[in-house]
Amino acid sequence: MDTPQTPPGGPGELETRDMLLNVGPAHPAMHGIVRIVVKLDGEQVEDADVEIGYLHRGFEKMAETVDYNGVMPYTDRLNYVSPLINNMGYCMAVEKLLGLSVPKRCHYIRVILSEISRITDHLTCVGAGAMELGAFTVFLYMIKAREYLWELVEMVTGARLTVSFCRVGGVKSDLPEGFAERCGQALRETRKVLTEVDRLLTRNRIFVDRMSGTGTISAEDAISHGITGPFLRGSGVAYDVRKECPYSVYDQMDFDVPIGTRGDNLDRYMVRMEEMEQSMRIIEQALRQIPPGPILAGSETGRPMAASEMVDQGKIGNIRSIADTRAVTDPTLEGAARPQHPSIAAGEKRVFLPPKEDTYGNIEGLMQHFKLVMYGHGVRPPKGEVYFPVEGANGELGFYVVSDGGNTPYRVRVRPPCFAIMSALPKLLVGDMMADVTPTFGSVNMIGGELDR
Amino acid sequence: MFGDAGFLTSRIEEAIGWARKFSIFQYPFVTACCGMEYMATACSHYDVDRFGAGLPRFSPRQADVLFVVGTISHKMLPVLKRIYDQMAEPKWVVSFGVCTCTGGFYDNYATVMGIDTIMPVDVYIPGCPPRPEYVLDGLLKLQAKMQAQHSSGRRPEPEPRPEFE
Amino acid sequence: MNADALIQAVKDRFPQGVIASHCYRGDATVLLGREVLPEVARTLKTDPAFQMNFLMDLTAVDFSAFGTRPSPAFFNSSGVGMGPRPQIPDQDPWPGPPGPARFLVVYHFFSLPLKHRLRLEVPLDEADLEVDSLTSLWAGANWLEREVWDMFGIRFRGHPDLKRILMYEEFVGHPLRKDYPVNKRQPLIGPRN
Repeated sequence: MDTPQTPPGGPGELETRDMLLNVGPAHPAMHGIVRIVVKLDGEQVEDADVEIGYLHRGFEKMAETVDYNGVMPYTDRLNYVSPLINNMGYCMAVEKLLGLSVPKRCHYIRVILSEISRITDHLTCVGAGAMELGAFTVFLYMIKAREYLWELVEMVTGARLTVSFCRVGGVKSDLPEGFAERCGQALRETRKVLTEVDRLLTRNRIFVDRMSGTGTISAEDAISHGITGPFLRGSGVAYDVRKECPYSVYDQMDFDVPIGTRGDNLDRYMVRMEEMEQSMRIIEQALRQIPPGPILAGSETGRPMAASEMVDQGKIGNIRSIADTRAVTDPTLEGAARPQHPSIAAGEKRVFLPPKEDTYGNIEGLMQHFKLVMYGHGVRPPKGEVYFPVEGANGELGFYVVSDGGNTPYRVRVRPPCFAIMSALPKLLVGDMMADVTPTFGSVNMIGGELDR
Repeated sequence: MFGDAGFLTSRIEEAIGWARKFSIFQYPFVTACCGMEYMATACSHYDVDRFGAGLPRFSPRQADVLFVVGTISHKMLPVLKRIYDQMAEPKWVVSFGVCTCTGGFYDNYATVMGIDTIMPVDVYIPGCPPRPEYVLDGLLKLQAKMQAQHSSGRRPEPEPRPEFE
Repeated sequence: MNADALIQAVKDRFPQGVIASHCYRGDATVLLGREVLPEVARTLKTDPAFQMNFLMDLTAVDFSAFGTRPSPAFFNSSGVGMGPRPQIPDQDPWPGPPGPARFLVVYHFFSLPLKHRLRLEVPLDEADLEVDSLTSLWAGANWLEREVWDMFGIRFRGHPDLKRILMYEEFVGHPLRKDYPVNKRQPLIGPRN
């Protein structure tokens, strides 16, 4: 470690030693916490060692203590910049275990929101990466675009970041009215931002010089490490889970998979920029192809009645008089009314909660709600194990779920895409200079919640 | 609290408090999902720069407010404590997000159930993650606290802590 | 190859090493003895019939608490008795946990040229928790095996540097085992609550 090297020009020249530099857990690159110990010879990186685990929050252990729908908030916080993709992956894994299929409209809703999440992830990655190279304006523009998309997500799900939107057997609620126009507006704004950023960065001499030729990895090395996603596609391998092993309605979407050639940081940046455009294409196609939801026409059938009153009437036995009313519930439950239920939920009563009109209005709905919500009851898949991969923003995100027939999962394993990329980080850093650590680490898009779970 | 301050000293203390609260140099100790909302608060939409807190200092020696953003695990805690110790007085700690306030819903072997187990916290901002409006509300509370604090930077003595190894 | 053909091909090559196999919900799964694991892995990677160039995932499951959680007495029907989806060739029931073995090391492979997936499972007894490392074949196995060591305590023979990856070195125990209580904390600094 500290051995002085023989100077090249013979004795009389400068004597040098290697330096160990600790780019410690708390460092300014706002990507999360990881420790990289680099061995430097001047500015050249000779060796690098990566230590992770600073955000280990025990996702897999917690998933064994709550029931199947209770794991949903934990999955949000895995890759917290694209939470809907994680939600969708977990739900589809459990649905595969149950052998359940969800309605078409539900698939489209999930796909639209997943692609919005993918765009927000790439915006954050490229923005933060550019900020570390000094392009602070790009970061501000991309966060502005991300805010538009988050407002869109909030319109549908109620939350900006940690949404817990998907449920086993469906989604929480239908798309609200006016979603298609708002979505169109948000995508127009995002396209403007992307054009602006493209003008600022793609042919910018400083950006290109710093990003091209650094952080190179060959396709064989990447495959050997298990790297997938934009990282692998930057090295020239066309593997996208949405194309190779299509799930949900991706086989009916027409989109391209951008591939790089040299496997350096600049190619990965270009791949991400292009992927955002392709995601927007998918969203527009999905909005055209989505099967129409029920026409609510401003008010559903039946006269409105406060939910508490409906419960009270039911308790004293006036079942017939509340038969054609509709429950007026909290605004956060909007979008899950009885006419919308067939389009957002698989019609299996042992898996999905009933609409509130049934919960408050008749005894069967109440029992169904009870059987799913009370402690000790809940969704009970058959005994078995299943693995389901989806295309996360960083690569193949796989969920391996083992069930023992009880109401809590027996084992939930998430295959984190950036774990593989971080294991290859020493290979990416060695040979480059100290200043190249920043753009390389930026293009890794390490998300601590996913890496350490 | 101002003891035997006269007219001039209390005016000076108000002025010092005013200067401190409108020039916050924060150290954003960002670990997890709350970092995304921290970024959103710091950027153009919910600009935190208009409150004077827009310049993060990424060195604890130069910062005066430690924003602990996101879950702290037991592996990370010694690092956080060292950073807190490296900051010079007067310093304040803001606990951003429910994971730092009380541990959140990660009640397991790896997570610290609230950073106030090892350091005094001035403002707690709960939320998972808190909306930017919440964060700005917390920031305003912090500013009020800074204004009211004695100018020497001493805070009221906390209750005696039990000894731990 | 589709899932059944894949299982059959593995069984044909290694008839003595394969303990069991199934195709539950369309996922081709083969249970192997741990002696044949390095051989099988090498074949899977290099043989043109398999060409499994991706080691997608390497994990473990602890079966010591399987089926032991009590269920309410009046809730006997377990699961959703739905018909399988038409595109999943189901009707291959899950054989259940691997007998007396407590741990199961699970490997997920994927072949990009041939686009098929395979899951290998190696049952291990508690008394002898060792299995061969696959680091020489796939570089990604390095960190994945370190994580299995950290979380379960399963050693990998031939691993270049088997140390903890997610927890700190002073941590005692292996958290994902079923006998480790969920909120047993071992703080480095701070109060012990």
